[in-house]
Amino acid sequence: MRESMEFDVVIVGAGPSGLAAACKLMQQANEAQRALTVCIVEKGSEVGAHILSGAIIEPKAINELFPNWQEMGAPLNTPVTEDQLFMFLNEQKSIQFPNLCVPKTMHNQGNYIASLGNVCRWLAEQAEQLGVEIFPGFAASEILYHEDGSVKGIATGDMGISEYGQQKDSYMQGMELHAKYTLFAEGCRGHLGKSLYKQFDLDAKSDEQHYGLGIKELWDIPADKHQPGLVIHGSGWPLGKGTSGGFFLYHTENNQVVAGLIVDLSYQNPYLSPFDEFQRLKHHPVLKQYLEGGRRISYGARAITKGGFNALPKMTFPGGLLIGCNSGTLNFAKIKGTHTAMKSGMLAAEAVFEAINNGCEGRKELMDFDNRFKSSWLYEELKQSRNFGPAMHKFGTMLGGTFNFIDQNIFGGKLPFTLHDNKPDYAQLKSIHDYDTIEYPKPDGKLSFDKLSSVFLSNTNHEENQPCHLKLTDLQIPISYNFPAFLEPAQRYCPAGVYEVIEEETGPKFQINSQNCLHCKTCDIKDPSQNITWITPEGGGGPNYPNM
Amino acid sequence: MKILVTVKRVIDYNVKARVKADNSDVDLANTKMALNPFCEIAVEEAIRLKESGAATEVVVVSIGPKACQEQIRTSLALGADRGIQIETDTMPESLNAAKLLAKVVEAEQPGLIIMGKQAIDSDNNQTGQMLAALLDMPQGTFASKVELIGEKVHVTREVDGGLQTIALNMPAIVTTDLRLNEPRYASLPNIMKAKRKPLVVQTPVDLGVEMKTHTQLVKVEAPTERQAGIKVNSIEELIEKLQNEAKVI
Amino acid sequence: MAILIIAEHDNAVLKAATLNTITAASQMGDECHLLVAGSSCSAVAEQGSKVAGVTKVLLADNTVYEYQLAENISKLVTELAPNYTHIVSAATTTGKNFMPRVAALLDVAQISDIIKVESENKFKRPIYAGNAIATVESLDNIKVITVRGTAFSAATTLDSNASIENLNIVHDAQMSQFISEEVAVSERPELTAAKVIISGGRGMGNGENFALLENVADKLGAAVGASRAAVDAGFVPNDMQVGQTGKIVAPDLYIAVGISGAIQHLAGMKDSKIIVAINKDEDAPIFQVADYGLVADLFEVLPELTDKL
Repeated sequence: MRESMEFDVVIVGAGPSGLAAACKLMQQANEAQRALTVCIVEKGSEVGAHILSGAIIEPKAINELFPNWQEMGAPLNTPVTEDQLFMFLNEQKSIQFPNLCVPKTMHNQGNYIASLGNVCRWLAEQAEQLGVEIFPGFAASEILYHEDGSVKGIATGDMGISEYGQQKDSYMQGMELHAKYTLFAEGCRGHLGKSLYKQFDLDAKSDEQHYGLGIKELWDIPADKHQPGLVIHGSGWPLGKGTSGGFFLYHTENNQVVAGLIVDLSYQNPYLSPFDEFQRLKHHPVLKQYLEGGRRISYGARAITKGGFNALPKMTFPGGLLIGCNSGTLNFAKIKGTHTAMKSGMLAAEAVFEAINNGCEGRKELMDFDNRFKSSWLYEELKQSRNFGPAMHKFGTMLGGTFNFIDQNIFGGKLPFTLHDNKPDYAQLKSIHDYDTIEYPKPDGKLSFDKLSSVFLSNTNHEENQPCHLKLTDLQIPISYNFPAFLEPAQRYCPAGVYEVIEEETGPKFQINSQNCLHCKTCDIKDPSQNITWITPEGGGGPNYPNM
Repeated sequence: MKILVTVKRVIDYNVKARVKADNSDVDLANTKMALNPFCEIAVEEAIRLKESGAATEVVVVSIGPKACQEQIRTSLALGADRGIQIETDTMPESLNAAKLLAKVVEAEQPGLIIMGKQAIDSDNNQTGQMLAALLDMPQGTFASKVELIGEKVHVTREVDGGLQTIALNMPAIVTTDLRLNEPRYASLPNIMKAKRKPLVVQTPVDLGVEMKTHTQLVKVEAPTERQAGIKVNSIEELIEKLQNEAKVI
Repeated sequence: MAILIIAEHDNAVLKAATLNTITAASQMGDECHLLVAGSSCSAVAEQGSKVAGVTKVLLADNTVYEYQLAENISKLVTELAPNYTHIVSAATTTGKNFMPRVAALLDVAQISDIIKVESENKFKRPIYAGNAIATVESLDNIKVITVRGTAFSAATTLDSNASIENLNIVHDAQMSQFISEEVAVSERPELTAAKVIISGGRGMGNGENFALLENVADKLGAAVGASRAAVDAGFVPNDMQVGQTGKIVAPDLYIAVGISGAIQHLAGMKDSKIIVAINKDEDAPIFQVADYGLVADLFEVLPELTDKL
């Protein structure tokens, strides 16, 4: 028998939605002078360790949660001062769009450039002061159900299990955390969320979800090149035909910039390597002018839920809610998900608190959440942007961009029709016979780097002697099917070098270097055979991002 | 018997230290911090001695800014009974740390003091030995085995080329090496309980220790990167170079 | 004023680390005295007197110093210290054991594990496991210093002899006693203690092929290591892994065979004095850090290397 602990609310994941929900719950409880026990489990070694985002943050949600966040010292220190938008034509040439031609959603006045990891660290401090128990280093590995099928809570994973499943000296059994309500805030493609979708058929009425892979680096750059508040976005080269995505470069504080590339995982070319696309992107004059002479200090990657409004699942089920990017609240038209994730957590917190305050003992489905959601600015905002992603997928970056300009700037997202895009990302990949190989340039060690030295900067690590957390449903598929059809694309889409096909005397062998894993979830999303399942490794493992 | 354990808050061993652009120090802003691995082993050893019945109480001490209370709490969650934080603005030099700890030892009168052999930030490997000297106590450094036998503590030490076992009168100071034990994980209920265990804060002034400056950090640089050498064309040439040029075989 | 160096020995032979320490000490000042404290250790004093740079040998020959117990040695050194500007020893487990006691008894700092002498009071030393190098200035009158041997060359031996002065200072703290010692006897040295290491990577193909490395290792008295890729591929056990998550090593000679040179591996061996890389891929990153690179098929050249050594 596992030990168990009882809480009013258990939250899985200390990201913006989970932390905002926790803060909002305690604020309401304190105001009502009611005891409430709220705990957050977080698989990262500390809050913020696994958080990776651009990030430009719209302060709408934080204004509501902590109106005096500025005095409270929230780390939103760099207001956006200038927006630039580019279309890269090739490795040298680009067009800069005049400000008037930019979709409204891409304007960033009033927003802040920040490290979302640091914002989460700050939110965690506030949550703890409000009385929330936060447990970093504990991975929620399993959902617990009552006999009636409602969610009872979660269990944390066992610690100290060897690669072959034996208990080591340090073995510690996982624990059950029971709650009246459990909020799942795992971020994009959470592995418990994935099973909730199935269990409760949450996406029965929604479009297929879509994803992107974001790769990001943090750089120290020479002081004379640094323009705090400057925001650069763009698309086009190096992503070829049939691949949508976009890049960013933000000037943050302390002579640092962040640069990144988001590649939509709906890409079709099996030879594509998002990592290498990003490495060569940095040689483009628009980025190079800032990065040259600088020093790369951190690297990371994370998948993004970008299906938007049309792909939003039902967020409630008996005993719990799905919030933030775990449900897909990101507004892709703005490329922003922090304020929407936080708001979804706050709305969930309102519904949960009201139920508990009225004596509810859990097990029920909080139908009231849906009303709160639909009457919120969050719903309005997501609805307005509903056509943005599908337009890009349907019409490509140029035409889709034009559509989005008209849709967002002229009609304010109120065009009376909705575009749908129902082909899942994993089914998009075409055969290697349909494409030529892509020859990526060798990294120069100054602007561009190889994968492993990049992963090194993510400070990722997993206790070596533990079971592999990347599960293959069928051990043969990578070599028997994926390899001949797609040259096993995991070798290229994984931004951490986890997957390799090694040529041995006996033939090719599929190798999983799970220690390198950055917990980005791309393999779980993009594997054309849907044969890889990402599960939580031992708590505390994974990247240790500072300032990302 | 009471055991005193010292713990230090340091950069997490999974995180690579990065030198600041102005070469003034290492950049630790928003970097994951953790219990020094050698200190964690010290805590584990003390708890095992308590569980075996050899000790009755485990007290942990840390020196540093308020944030180091997190590492004291971690130690309490692992099983220590109470904590003492000696609050300082910055990390004191080893000798000053030893002087502060000496005052705590005088007040607490432990039968055994277990410390990490070194902190993975400054890599000094000094404080335990210095504390032993200040208190005129025997020391067993780099311990891979600790046994209480009669009135003495037997310490097996990892020395260059093998192991050495010595017997120490008590009270004594033991510093830990990596192979002493494999620390346990803290459980969730113990982490919660640890929040309610006693933790007192003292200052160098309370302890009557004057913090003198003995060394000055002039600068901190990234290590020089290795340069590529030459390519040789044959095994003969390689052996010749190693024998005559590099003189390593 | 002079510099006092404490010799490391086993009562019969002066240990090599002392020779590197003498080189470092000579860069701090001209007059270097070597203290040999032990039991029936006059042979060591004889050896020390012949080392270049040593101007005088002090011999404290008494059973209380037989096992270099820190409690006794530190009191002896502290008593001698007022006549010196620097007290220097090798940063070996012996030196690391008693030197901080000396510093505390003198109420001065110890500067540990120096790798460079910048001036008589400024030194460079690695911190954060070698990820940063600190330059530290001592403000104390007496500087207590331990020296990382691999960072300094060994002092040579001369025909001439420095004078040997017998000390009659006996400190017996009677707090600690020697019980036993166990000298590591293994066919091959341990990875972290080896002077020569030969490591294999995924290029080895399988675990059996590591025998090729063992043949070379036998000739060189080397330890055998592996990259994480080789460990992950199941060729060899985890405890052979050199690298960021394995063992950090810094031998005099590191031979990387069939190792591409991922940064995680380099992090574990980049402080080796001489690095040799054998790899058939001339673009392998390992060549960027190797002093000597050989682009070749390891299955051809390893047997050749074994034969010709």
